[in-house]
Amino acid sequence: MKQIRWHGRGGNGAFTAARLLGVAASVFEGKSAQAFPSFGPERRGAPVLGFTRIADKTITDHSQVYECDCVIVLDETLCDVTNVAAGLKPDGVLVINTRKSADEAAQHIGFEDSSRIVVIDATDIALELLGNPVVNTIMLGAAVGATGMVSMESVEKAIDDVMGRNLREKNKKAARAAYDRVKEAVMQ
Amino acid sequence: MSKKAFLSANEAAAYGVKLSRPHVVSAYPITPQTTLVEKIADFLANGEADFKYMMVESEHSAMASALGASMMGARTFTASSSQGLLYMCEMLSYVSGARFPIVMVDANRSIATPWNIFGDQRDAMAMRDSGWIMLYVESGQEALDTVIQAYKIAEDPEVMTPVMVNIDGFTLTHTYDMVEIPEQEEVDSFLPPYSTTNKMDMKNPKTLCMSVGPDFHTEGRFLQQKAFEAAKRKIVSVNDEYAKLTGRSYGGMIEEYRADDAEVVLVAVGSVAGTVRVVVDEMREAGKKVGLIKLRSFRPFPKEYFESARDKFKAVGVIDRSISFGFDGTVFSEVKSAMYGSSAKVANYIVGLGGRDIPKHQIETMFNKLFGIASGKNEAEVQFLGMRWE
Amino acid sequence: MNKPKWNKDYKAPSSWDEMFFGSSNGVGILPTPNSGFRTLHPEIDSKACIKCMMCWVFCPEGCIDKSGSYLEIDMDYCKGCGICAAECPKKCIIMVKDGDAE
Repeated sequence: MKQIRWHGRGGNGAFTAARLLGVAASVFEGKSAQAFPSFGPERRGAPVLGFTRIADKTITDHSQVYECDCVIVLDETLCDVTNVAAGLKPDGVLVINTRKSADEAAQHIGFEDSSRIVVIDATDIALELLGNPVVNTIMLGAAVGATGMVSMESVEKAIDDVMGRNLREKNKKAARAAYDRVKEAVMQ
Repeated sequence: MSKKAFLSANEAAAYGVKLSRPHVVSAYPITPQTTLVEKIADFLANGEADFKYMMVESEHSAMASALGASMMGARTFTASSSQGLLYMCEMLSYVSGARFPIVMVDANRSIATPWNIFGDQRDAMAMRDSGWIMLYVESGQEALDTVIQAYKIAEDPEVMTPVMVNIDGFTLTHTYDMVEIPEQEEVDSFLPPYSTTNKMDMKNPKTLCMSVGPDFHTEGRFLQQKAFEAAKRKIVSVNDEYAKLTGRSYGGMIEEYRADDAEVVLVAVGSVAGTVRVVVDEMREAGKKVGLIKLRSFRPFPKEYFESARDKFKAVGVIDRSISFGFDGTVFSEVKSAMYGSSAKVANYIVGLGGRDIPKHQIETMFNKLFGIASGKNEAEVQFLGMRWE
Repeated sequence: MNKPKWNKDYKAPSSWDEMFFGSSNGVGILPTPNSGFRTLHPEIDSKACIKCMMCWVFCPEGCIDKSGSYLEIDMDYCKGCGICAAECPKKCIIMVKDGDAE
């Protein structure tokens, strides 16, 4: 089973991304998936969490996610208010929206192994392709590029399935752009 | 072809309601039920369903208006949680005593004070004497399926008793996973339109909510109790019929998971049963003979099952997400009473109150404790686990 | 202002002795500043303000401080209801979106 934790701020779509990943894995790839937000009231701008589980067998676990194969940080200022690497497995990957390099990001959060950090300037892609700084689908594309936990085709189908008509094309494009950028960086 | 969608248990239950073709839905929002009644409203707004939707000013009114509608022969639905359930408490007994087959969903949430919006099972458990059939679900799929089954059970002439479908707050209501939505035709073939003579009818006038004094009160209550006996059979037969239709069975009143040769078992109600399944599989891999008894029907209580399982296990633990202050965990005291005369050791683990998580290691601890008491170790029978300090 | 000061040294209970009783607790305890309510916050144009005190009278949280030479709003307690802005006769209070400011 893969367990993924998303760090975001209320109103910026962290849980939508968690849910899109779940849709991609279950509805479009026939796996079992589960997605849930940090429970409780939400305030715009306040830190929130999203969780996704993906497995081959039906998921019946209803406890919280404590160990993560992947942690995705939509807003790097969250690194200053919480330990984003908490619970990350020894071979887990941390994906951060930042202009910093992986080494700089690792140093900033006090994380030893910068090779397990994937950085992407998602805000930049968002402003360019979406016209606003909402990075959730972009971070989804980046995470998929970094881990391969689902295919990008499934992500695109999920975006079509979940998002409103006006948002679909540009979000698919933005997610794919992030995926390509991460894949490219990994090759180098 | 049934449709597959990634839904929360609230949304899944809303589909169950839509497919059951209610005439009237009356609702008052309360966390964590809100997204359920909002989804039902969406169906109405986008023309996917056709029914009367009453936005009322309180939960008491929600149940009162549901009762009024049901008295006209309408299939009705309402939903609530926690303080809302308690607010409609008086009306719960009004409905059950008058024998109207209303179906409601309760999103299980703790009760104030202290105030808490998160999931535990104290709210519905406090209403266990209200005369409602109480079913508990483990997943969104089960929520959808059980709402549909609930109408069939409730409206059966031998039952004619309202049904409360319990869905754990947040762990189910706000958790998304894959749900298969049956076709309307499938459900129509399973659930016929509501038909009754116990209703307001100008051609056959009736008094519908009368007073009954000492002379006849006992007999009426006896008949209510008899209806619950019939419900025991119907919960099983309806489950089996639905399973033939959709391929999905929930075992009826209880489900045994790897319990046949188990030495120790845990009795679980609601979403935690799913987590117990995972721990059972893990411990079985390690050669430990553990099992799960999932309690799906709490009212009627599966007394006969526990009587028959009296000497089957060495130790039986009960997970309670509620407590009857001054006594034990609510489910435990009933299981223990049904197992009177048993040779098994019994234990009560009170966890998950006020939305506290029940992690897998805590369940493993419970099984290990059960092995301990089975081999003669002395431990307090009722324990609060996972407290912050000793 | 009569509002209790936010007790920044407050620590959550760590033993039975420190556990709160029933559902009562001390004052000035703010687990999260402005927990879960606000999406807009008020900004007073002090130059245009005529000190009529209508905002102070109407604020349901009592979080407008009139003790200084100009009015100040305690953002830890302000829930962004907008009543101050609605009541101001000079319309010198505007409601600004919270998240964007961050």
